[in-house]
Formats: sequence, structure tokens, C-alpha cells
Amino acid sequence: MLFLSGDEAVATAAFDAGVKLGTGYPGTPSTEILEWFENLGGKAQWSPNEKVALEVGIGVAYAGGRAIVTMKHVGLNVAADPLFTVAYTGVSGALLIVSADDPGMASSQNEQDNRRYAVAAAIPMLEPADSQEAYDFTLRAIEISERWQVPVLLRITTRVCHSKTVVRCDRSLPQPRAAEFVRDVRSRVMIPAFARPAHHNLREKLRQMAAWNDSDGPNQITEGSASLGIITSGISYQHVREAAPQASVLKLGMTYPLPLELMRNFASRFERCLVIEEGDPYLVEAALAAGIAVEGKPDMFRFGELNVARVRSIVAGDTSPEPKPVAGKPPALCPGCGHRSVFASLKNLDCIVAGDIGCYSLGVLPPFDAMDSVVCMGASVGVGLGLRHALPPEQAKRVVSVIGDSTFVHSGITGLVEMIYNPPPTGHVLLILDNGTTAMTGMQEHAGTGRTLDHAKTGKVIFEDLARMLGVPNVHVIDPTVDTPKFEKLVKECLDKSELSVIVARRNCLLAARYIREYERCNEQQGN
Amino acid sequence: MSSKVTNIVIGGLGGQGVLTCSEIVADVAFNAALDVKKSELHGMSQRGGSVSSDVRYGAQVFSPMVPPGEGDFLVATAADQVPVNAAVLRQGGTIIDPSHVDESKLRNKKSLNVALLGVLSRHLPFSEQEWLAAIRRILPEALHEANVQAFYIGRGA
Repeated sequence: MLFLSGDEAVATAAFDAGVKLGTGYPGTPSTEILEWFENLGGKAQWSPNEKVALEVGIGVAYAGGRAIVTMKHVGLNVAADPLFTVAYTGVSGALLIVSADDPGMASSQNEQDNRRYAVAAAIPMLEPADSQEAYDFTLRAIEISERWQVPVLLRITTRVCHSKTVVRCDRSLPQPRAAEFVRDVRSRVMIPAFARPAHHNLREKLRQMAAWNDSDGPNQITEGSASLGIITSGISYQHVREAAPQASVLKLGMTYPLPLELMRNFASRFERCLVIEEGDPYLVEAALAAGIAVEGKPDMFRFGELNVARVRSIVAGDTSPEPKPVAGKPPALCPGCGHRSVFASLKNLDCIVAGDIGCYSLGVLPPFDAMDSVVCMGASVGVGLGLRHALPPEQAKRVVSVIGDSTFVHSGITGLVEMIYNPPPTGHVLLILDNGTTAMTGMQEHAGTGRTLDHAKTGKVIFEDLARMLGVPNVHVIDPTVDTPKFEKLVKECLDKSELSVIVARRNCLLAARYIREYERCNEQQGN
Repeated sequence: MSSKVTNIVIGGLGGQGVLTCSEIVADVAFNAALDVKKSELHGMSQRGGSVSSDVRYGAQVFSPMVPPGEGDFLVATAADQVPVNAAVLRQGGTIIDPSHVDESKLRNKKSLNVALLGVLSRHLPFSEQEWLAAIRRILPEALHEANVQAFYIGRGA
């Protein structure tokens, strides 16, 4: 028996199943999956972003291999383009896409419910409720993917990812067959003539999977009270069992396509059948649309995570205001962090700051108060350009875009291309805060560090070279902390120019610096 | 051991070893063949802000999070984090905070978290050997000596 987090359990199952390649982009609460998979001896790699990660995974699965692709919920937005069409093409190996959702936004910019993606993209979805199920359902998902030749979504949430529970690894899958290219143009090339029948084929597979889910799916009934039935899934199941130990419970393990007949039969046995789910009213809407008599939660409970107390309130029909949690100490940039000098300077210069996602999002908090927007990964560049296009010149000239190194690799490069292609009349200033690591998620490598997921030496994207090559006239590299007045002066000069400027503010993350030195030393020794 | 679930919440600030603490408690219970769940948050909350982690053990545990008002123990690695987490404690629940440890005796100030576990250990039905084994399993070897010493200071041996 093992004591594993949900992330570790997914990784362990993927390793036990002989997954050929794990790809992804770091993002809380998904990051540990690939790290653990690599730790166990699996082959894992960080991609520049989730779209590329999924495309590489698709290639592995086209070749007949088993692939796992991991990301946080908002990462699936980035990967949505290949997602919707790989549902049509199907796969010949196995393709498991892990979406780690963050209800309550412990470390995210929104709390979107990615169960909606399963419906929208027509991809079967499993939802584990603890680490044991994270292990079992990962294996199940690979089986489903191979049986129906479709990609499968494993949707996990923060409290499954980062809770540790007891796991028995007592199931196994037949080892995967050897990768081999089999030409299948009609299935793989989605020109309209081939995509039209592919859509019909997909809907037929979903019909079969729904029937299978009704009779043999990974769903479970706990018999209890004859008057109260509860339909639930994922982590909500745990809260339900504790908050309403007397209730009969139908736990859905596969939540797309739904086992509607199973749900209908279950619900019909009770005077009151409640649907208890975290986030969007997804299950309840589907049940009601199918004419199943169920009751959902009051709207106030769609915000934030569920817990035992909130589930008790839902069961009791109690909609009185909830106690406000005592505010803890908010997070802050580390003392001595290189970003501190950057934001102090931007505040001094009274800049309008289009910000981005990372540790440096904390530049919005006092004492800096130096960030005016954070939308999504990479948005700083486009939003900054848009502000420059629309604002009167005296305001436009104060706009800077601020993006971290890993975020720049993720989705800032296309923004830089936009800057060259459609420059605002006042020019623009793009600040790349290069701290040599993906700091916020726990110091992962990226294409700009020149090291792979396991810290071995590889090709390196050099931001200043890229900017020069694209034709940015003013490209500077500077340490913002060693001489902050000089840094501030440089930003001011660039702002005054009405030209395009890229400033790479380079200083290693304080927390990562000693690891980076160690990796560099190891790689140098191996190079000699 | 009774079938009742024991609920422990560790609260503190990022960098104080809150998660290490809950890891050790959970490991002790896991190795005693109990059902255990441990919950925590990663990411932005770890940048110096308030951090907490829940450990629950017993014959069968469902939710990984301690419900408000049901905590048996609150271990706080900083005194100012007691009020932040106090709502989790049941009536008559036990608070363990830095005032329970003579910090001047710690060989390494960073071992305060493990010293507080020493205090907690007096209330829980696990042997000294089980605790020491968990500390050795969870912490890197270089830290064993200082943390074993810290554990004993808390336990009052």
C-alpha cells in the first residue's frame, strides 16, 4: 500500500501502464504529475504550452503508443483547438488528457468547470474522488481510449490532486503494443470530406460508451436511506458521505457520456433526490434535461469549493449567509526577489502595466500597486498593444507589458510577432522578467532555460536574440536589482522613444538560484 | 483505537515547514495501518502567505478537509496564525503554538515545526519510536539530528 497524492497516483498508474511519453505545461494543481512520472522512470517533458503538449501527445497516440498530457484547467483553453478535432480523428494508441481544475481558485485566475469541455468536444471523461480512484481511473481511461480509439479526459480537482490518501496498486493493464506507423488518411486528415463522416462516427462511439457506462461504467451505489438519494461525483462524494451518512449515494465515476438510465433508475427510488456537485450545475442540468426528477444546489454554492459544512447546508436547504473566513496573511514577492526592483521602478515611473501570470502577478499588491491587468498566459503583450492603440498619446506612452520568462515561451512569442507586425504609433515597451525558471509552480524548466524537465542540457531559446531577429530596434538585457536606478533610467528612455523596445530583466529566482548553479555544474561536467 | 476520526490542522506561514509537519503526522498514522487523508494547497499560497494543511485519520476517513468546528488539534507554527485557523477547532480542542516550546533550546530554529509535533505527540496514541521513524523517513538525512532533538524538546523527554 502507498500513501499518494492524486497527482502521484495518476503518475504511478501511467508508469505502470507503460505510458510512452508524458507531456504538459506546469500549472497548479497539475504540475506534480509529470514530475512524479519522471521520478518513477517515465519519459516526461515540458512543452512550451498546452497546445503543443497535446499535439505531441496526439502524435504518440497516432503512432500506437500510450500518451498522457497534463495541464491545469485554464491550460485546456490553450489546448482546445487540437482537443476538439482529435475527438474526430480518434487515436490508435491511448491518449489521456488530464485537466486539473481549481474550484475556489487556490492558485488560478478563474474557476472554470472543465466538465463542460467533455460535452463541447465530445470526449469521454472520468472523475476520480481520491488517490485510489486517480490510480484506477487512469488505467480505466487508457482502456477506454484503446477500446473505442478516442482521447479520454481525466478531470481532477485541487483537493484530489493535492490530498494524500491510501492507494493499493493492484490492477494492471496488458503492456502496450509496439509503436508502428499505419497509414489511415480518412481518419487522420480532417478535410471536410473526411471530417463529416468522422463526426458521425464519433457520435456513434459516444452512444456505445453511454450504454456501456449505464451497465458497466465505473459508477457506484452506496445503499442507505429510502427517502434521500444523492447523485454526486469526484471530491464532492467524500463530503457527501460525511455530511449525509444516512443518504443513499450514486457516485458517478464516468461523467461524460452520462449513464442517464442508471441515474433515472436511482432517482426514481427516492422522494427527494439531490445532485451535489462542485462548480457548475453540470450534472443537474443534464439530469433535468433528460426528465430525471432531481434537485440541484442553491446558486450560492456554485462559487468556491464544497466542503462538509457546505454540503450539510445544501442537504438541509440552508441558504443563510456563510461565515466569512478569517483573512490570513496574503502571499508576497519573496524578500530580495528581483521582481521587487522592477515593480518599484514601474511605480516610480507611473507606468500603466499590462501584467501576466506568474509570481510577478503579486506586483499588483502593496507596496508596489504596479499592475493594471492580468487576464491569461501571454495576454500582457496583446493587452498592452491594445491599450497603446486606443489611449491618447500621453497615456499610451506610459504603457508597458510585463511578462515572465516561462510565460513568454508559453504564449508571449506570438504577441511579440504582433508587436512587430502592428506597432502602435507610440511604439511599445515589452519587459521580459527572466528569473531562469517557472517559479510560481515550483521551479520547473522551460525552453528558455536550456534544460529539459529532468534538468539535462538541451536547446535554448534566447529571448534577446529572438527579439532582434524579429526586428525589434531596441533590445536590452539588464539585471534590475544590481543597479536599480540604471534599470529605471533604461525603462524611462525606452518609454520616451516612441519605438519598439524589449527589455530582458534577467536575474535568477532567489529560491531557484542554487539549484540552477547545481544543474549547470552537472551539465558542464557531463559535457567535458 | 476507536473508530472516531482524529482531526489535526497545521497552520503557519509559507516557508515554516507546515507541509513537512503534516507529512510527518500523516506518515505516522499511515504506518500505523490507519486510514489517513491529508490535504493542502500549493502554488501562490506558498509565497510567504498563510498556509494550512489538514490531517485526518481513523478507521475510515471521507473528506480530506477538517470541517469547521471539528478540529481536535490546531498546531500553529506562528502565534499570529492561531486566530486565522481558530474556527476549525471544536469546543475543547487543543491549540499548540510556539509558546509551548522553549525556542532557545532548539539547535536549529527552523526545526520549530518538528518541536511542535513533539508537543502534539504527547496527545496522540503513537509511540516515540513511530514518530522518530516517520521523521527519518520524511526528512533528508542531513536534518535528522536537529529535528530529532527538536522533537524531544517538544515532547519533553
